[in-house]
Amino acid sequence: MKAAFELQTYKSQIKPTWCPGCGDFAVLNALQKAIHAMQLEPWNIVLVSGIGCSSNLPHFLSTYGFHSIHGRSIPVATGIKLANPDLHVIVTGGDGDGYGIGLGHTMHAMRRNLDITYIVMNNQVYGLTTGQASPTAEKGMKTKSTPNVGVIENPIDPISLAIASGATFVSRTFSGDVKNMADIVQKGLEHKGFSLVDCLSPCVTYNKVNTYDWFKERVYNLQGEGHDSGDIRAAFSKAVEWPTAQRERIPIGIFYKVEDVPTYEDLEPGLSRGPLVRQPLGLEDPDALMSEFL
Amino acid sequence: MPKREFVFRIGGAAGDGVSSTAESFAKVCARSGLHVWTYSSYQSVIRGGHVWTQVRASTLPLLSHGEDPDVLVALNPQTVDIHQGLVAERGAAIFDSESARTDPAKARPNVRSLGLPLRRMAQEFSKNALMRNTVALGAAIALFDLSFRHVESAFKDVWGDKKPEVVEQNVGAARAGAAAVAEHGGSLKLGLKYTDEPRHLMTGNHAICLGALAAGCKFLAQYPMTPASSIMHWMAAHAPKHGVVVKQVEDELAAINMALGAGFAGARAMTATSGGGFCLMVEALGQGGMTETPVVAVLVQRSGPSTGLPTKTEQGDLNLALGAGQGDWPRAILAPRNPEECFSLTAQAFNLAEIYQTPIIVVSDLYLSEGYRTVDPFDFNVPIVRGMVVADGGEARGFQRYRLTESGVSPRALPGAKGFQHIAASDEHMESGELISDILAGVPEYVEERRRMMDKRMRKLDGLRKDTPAPERWGPSNADLTLLTWGSTQGPAREAILRLEADDGIKVNAIESPTLFPLHGEETRELLRGAKRTLAVEGNYTGQFARLLRTETGFAVDHFYGKYDGEPFASGEIVSKILEVVR
Repeated sequence: MKAAFELQTYKSQIKPTWCPGCGDFAVLNALQKAIHAMQLEPWNIVLVSGIGCSSNLPHFLSTYGFHSIHGRSIPVATGIKLANPDLHVIVTGGDGDGYGIGLGHTMHAMRRNLDITYIVMNNQVYGLTTGQASPTAEKGMKTKSTPNVGVIENPIDPISLAIASGATFVSRTFSGDVKNMADIVQKGLEHKGFSLVDCLSPCVTYNKVNTYDWFKERVYNLQGEGHDSGDIRAAFSKAVEWPTAQRERIPIGIFYKVEDVPTYEDLEPGLSRGPLVRQPLGLEDPDALMSEFL
Repeated sequence: MPKREFVFRIGGAAGDGVSSTAESFAKVCARSGLHVWTYSSYQSVIRGGHVWTQVRASTLPLLSHGEDPDVLVALNPQTVDIHQGLVAERGAAIFDSESARTDPAKARPNVRSLGLPLRRMAQEFSKNALMRNTVALGAAIALFDLSFRHVESAFKDVWGDKKPEVVEQNVGAARAGAAAVAEHGGSLKLGLKYTDEPRHLMTGNHAICLGALAAGCKFLAQYPMTPASSIMHWMAAHAPKHGVVVKQVEDELAAINMALGAGFAGARAMTATSGGGFCLMVEALGQGGMTETPVVAVLVQRSGPSTGLPTKTEQGDLNLALGAGQGDWPRAILAPRNPEECFSLTAQAFNLAEIYQTPIIVVSDLYLSEGYRTVDPFDFNVPIVRGMVVADGGEARGFQRYRLTESGVSPRALPGAKGFQHIAASDEHMESGELISDILAGVPEYVEERRRMMDKRMRKLDGLRKDTPAPERWGPSNADLTLLTWGSTQGPAREAILRLEADDGIKVNAIESPTLFPLHGEETRELLRGAKRTLAVEGNYTGQFARLLRTETGFAVDHFYGKYDGEPFASGEIVSKILEVVR
């Protein structure tokens, strides 16, 4: 029998560099708990991130990782997954990374329904660049880059966007509830297809509006209210409760989930012989190939 | 003296089937045993405009697409207007007598004006409007005394066994065209001897694909962009059979980053684009340098700047490839001179990328990538060298992904290998992969560490310089003038050299650099020793290679001939420039 992995096995020697109280600690813990609960082999996990405070996360776990450039974590992860679908590929990053500079990739990854999990630490602000408005910043929010009348754009709603883009598992969690977060991250990892876990992860330094307390007053668990996550219309109507419709109630939990949708890897003819990394290199019948040009 | 070669040109509007008719003609020539070189002049339009394709065929190896046509097929009046005066003496111009006419005053002496009712003749065989091209093709076949056996086989290739009636219609139409030639003066009686030993016919992009497959490329991510798209098309069509994933992506940012992801995971990966797409890739290429991830990026140049002339050739992106990405990172830039090198250098690029764990750039151009050329069969027995990769199951204790080594190359571990977990980071990092950037930057010990990591990566350039192909001198050693060329300019420049020797007794040679970076400075200087005068011939405005040469060696060329009008070099143009310089 295989020895079980301890929770500590998944932790690296490197201490997180986040501000004390940062919501990202909860996400790190939740992810660690989830992969421990699943007893995944650390060497078969690849964490891919972009740039931003939250994108440092892969360094704090003992898995493989690719700490990519700003906004490009998703395509790097896609390349890894397509080269070796046997790996558990998890993307971590922030709202600036995934909903701003990398939004195009995010949507395309969702419509491909790749079997990867995207954990977005959404704090509605750019932290590492010292506090500018992010794509999920609420209207009216005053930041260094919007000092006069605040943000005058509508925020991106990642939940509606994900459902519309073809993600087959769409969820939101809150750093104030690690237990629920770990549970949802695990469900996202277990889901076969693209899973989005949007984590409300407060920035204690630069976001003085959307604080832990602010969220605690508003969040409620969808699953506690009998939401049918298989119903796409119900999912959309819950998705727009915040931030587009009103600010008083913010649903967390699983908005949308459909099973048995083929993944991109399932449908890709180039993978019919198995993972690319295990294919023999070179040509089996070069003469036949050359004769195509006669 | 019997001719050893001929030129066929067909022109019309986009959508008239110009290029497919030219391809059939080129195939007939290659199957007749001739050497073939084609060039297509087309525009960024799907219907209309003016497009033409030229097929040069010879009993001897060719070096360029040639000049004036012996036979012109003009599918519309505009083509008659533009090209009729260019038809060589004793040649022929085929056109539809019911919609166009030639002007004898514009034609050269003894050019046969072969007006045939192409459309009406074609209607006897099919309602398909493009059938008139087949009538004209048959006429051209007859003018050159080529065998109908190859015409039939070419049609069978296109329509196969599925549509035997279409093959039959086309053969009938072609024979009607040939019969009309017989009635109007017969063949041109050029006297070429056809061996009927078929030759392989392909484009530079095909050769890049073959090189990639031979080297074990397993992943291609690409966004459509002329003139690189045909790499994706061919690879996609062949991907399932060879266990390759070909992914058309949302943009070139995704293309290069996906390829890097696949490379990190252990699959040999490639992307291909033209200048505009390459601009989007530069940040990620630097990421490849920093994370020490292998990838092959093919840059097929077209006329810039910006969208430029999307369907026209240029060699204007050397600076782009040299400067791609912020900061310094080790790269190699290889520039194939011909389809054979498109194959061999692409295959080599995959080895270099994995041996040195860094992006390798292959720079081609439209002239080389899209023109069909006959080639000898490639040697597919290319070595596959994967560099330092730790074995799964090996001793992992103390593994440091970015260990400082003399060569600058550190053993690489692929995800899945137990115990070798590490983070590949685009931030500056230490030997373990742990970041320096966040809380250690500026701390004296890590100021040193940063320098050591830069030195380590950049040391790879010493190895890359040794492992990349050296510059070559072609032509006599005691020349009056030495040309400096790179990439596809090889052919036209060599042809100019041969012509000058034969016609004027002027001795010229050329130094050609298949490796643009790291430039082989010492070897280039050695080859330049004793050069009386030098002329750089490049398809760009500023002399990008000449400037690189000066930067790397201090050697300044005496003269520069830059071409940036969108057209490839014709050997005659280079001859004129050389005469201007040497006289």
